[in-house]
Amino acid sequence: MSEIPTDLHYTSSHEWVRLEEDGTVTVGISDHAQEALGDLVFVELPEVDSELAAEEACCVIESVKAASDVYMPINGVIVDTNQALVDEPEIINSSPYDDGWLFKINPADEDDVGQLMDASTYEAELED
Amino acid sequence: MSQQTILFEKHQQYGGKIVDFAGWQMPINYGSQIDEHHQVRTDAGMFDVSHMTVVDLKGEQVKPFLQYLLANDVARLQESGKALYSCMLNEQGGVIDDLIVYYMNDQWFRMVVNAGTRDKDLAWISKQAVPFAVDVTEQPEVAMIAVQGPNAREKALQVLPLDVSQAAADLGRFYGAASGDWFIARTGYTGEDGFEIIMPESEATALWDALLGAGVKPTGLGARDTLRLEAGMNLYGSDMDESTSPLISNLGWTIAWEPAERNFIGRDVIAAEKAAGVEQKLVGLVLTDKGVLRGHQKVIVAGVGEGEITSGTFSPSLKQSVAFARVPVATGDTCQVEMRGKLLNARVVKPVFYREGKSFID
Repeated sequence: MSEIPTDLHYTSSHEWVRLEEDGTVTVGISDHAQEALGDLVFVELPEVDSELAAEEACCVIESVKAASDVYMPINGVIVDTNQALVDEPEIINSSPYDDGWLFKINPADEDDVGQLMDASTYEAELED
Repeated sequence: MSQQTILFEKHQQYGGKIVDFAGWQMPINYGSQIDEHHQVRTDAGMFDVSHMTVVDLKGEQVKPFLQYLLANDVARLQESGKALYSCMLNEQGGVIDDLIVYYMNDQWFRMVVNAGTRDKDLAWISKQAVPFAVDVTEQPEVAMIAVQGPNAREKALQVLPLDVSQAAADLGRFYGAASGDWFIARTGYTGEDGFEIIMPESEATALWDALLGAGVKPTGLGARDTLRLEAGMNLYGSDMDESTSPLISNLGWTIAWEPAERNFIGRDVIAAEKAAGVEQKLVGLVLTDKGVLRGHQKVIVAGVGEGEITSGTFSPSLKQSVAFARVPVATGDTCQVEMRGKLLNARVVKPVFYREGKSFID
């Protein structure tokens, strides 16, 4: 069973989202997603300062098997990306919720985070 | 309906992630495909390849039949147990399948063909065999385990049944030997030394457990693909198929043109193709920019033309992306690959990247 921290929000495309105290939003992929993808070998991060809409593909992660898109969970502007992943994409496999974060967003509307799934809803969706 | 091999429960017990492969429920990995890849390169790993198809050909005319059926020439097999890799071509010179054939004696050859092509292979072989005094018999009740890696033979020899172990100990490379109901060959699909072991299904789980006890780790089909690609071995359906001749698939070396009077299926077509000069070739690519090469990506060769990647992956041994690509024959040392709207730079090399601890690229 994959790990689903209760303090995060989730999307049906398996991103996790955390509203930080400074008002930015950190995004990564869930434990379930990293396990399904397998060993990650390449990450193409979004450009900082790009303004993107929710559900827009903004980042590509590639495992030995295949390439997968990561989608913007909410509307916002990219303010930071996790450069450690450029040389060590496997960090996402070993620490999907902490060291393996992908990017940070300055959200158009903070309240959008609360509209995403909570942990129990995401867990129920995975069981379907 | 998806089939399971006799080792299916073993895969589940070991945490195998099961996927459908050519109609079989097979483990893609047991956790980490990359760890499994390294295990085979540095020590020993085992693969369940029981989905592959074993066909015995017996009879008075088995040798002339195979000389007609296959593009390589079984007359090259002079010693019992010797193996030959060959393409089986259609009348248009396209590849129906690639296979290994073992010469057992003048009236018995054993063939191992791909799982995904089983039905059409058996139909084709049976149809072509009609004018010959040959019996074609599939062996569906057997399991097959490949044990591969620098320590694979040593570990396998410890746990094989005594008579099989004795038959296996002195096998040269690309030789096989029968021992009772068992058949063991020093062959593989990884670019490492090792064995491929065919045995009655009833004995497979015990051998699997014994190999596990000897420190041979289960390895999934995912690592099998990265290992074979590094080793420069083609995958049927990706790197060649019925629409491609062996000459544009880096398989020209498997065609036996001599003796000139040997008539094999497809010969006239590929001979004409060779005489006219081929327009494409299958090469190796090494990505110099960051990213991962994948099958079907477009290859652009400045001033020459375009081609396509047939198989691509991230090479765990070289820690960069490598691929096979079919490109115009005039392609030089470099090319570009189109990936998500960007052009990335790649070097063009011979299509073999890594075998037995040695890199083949500079």
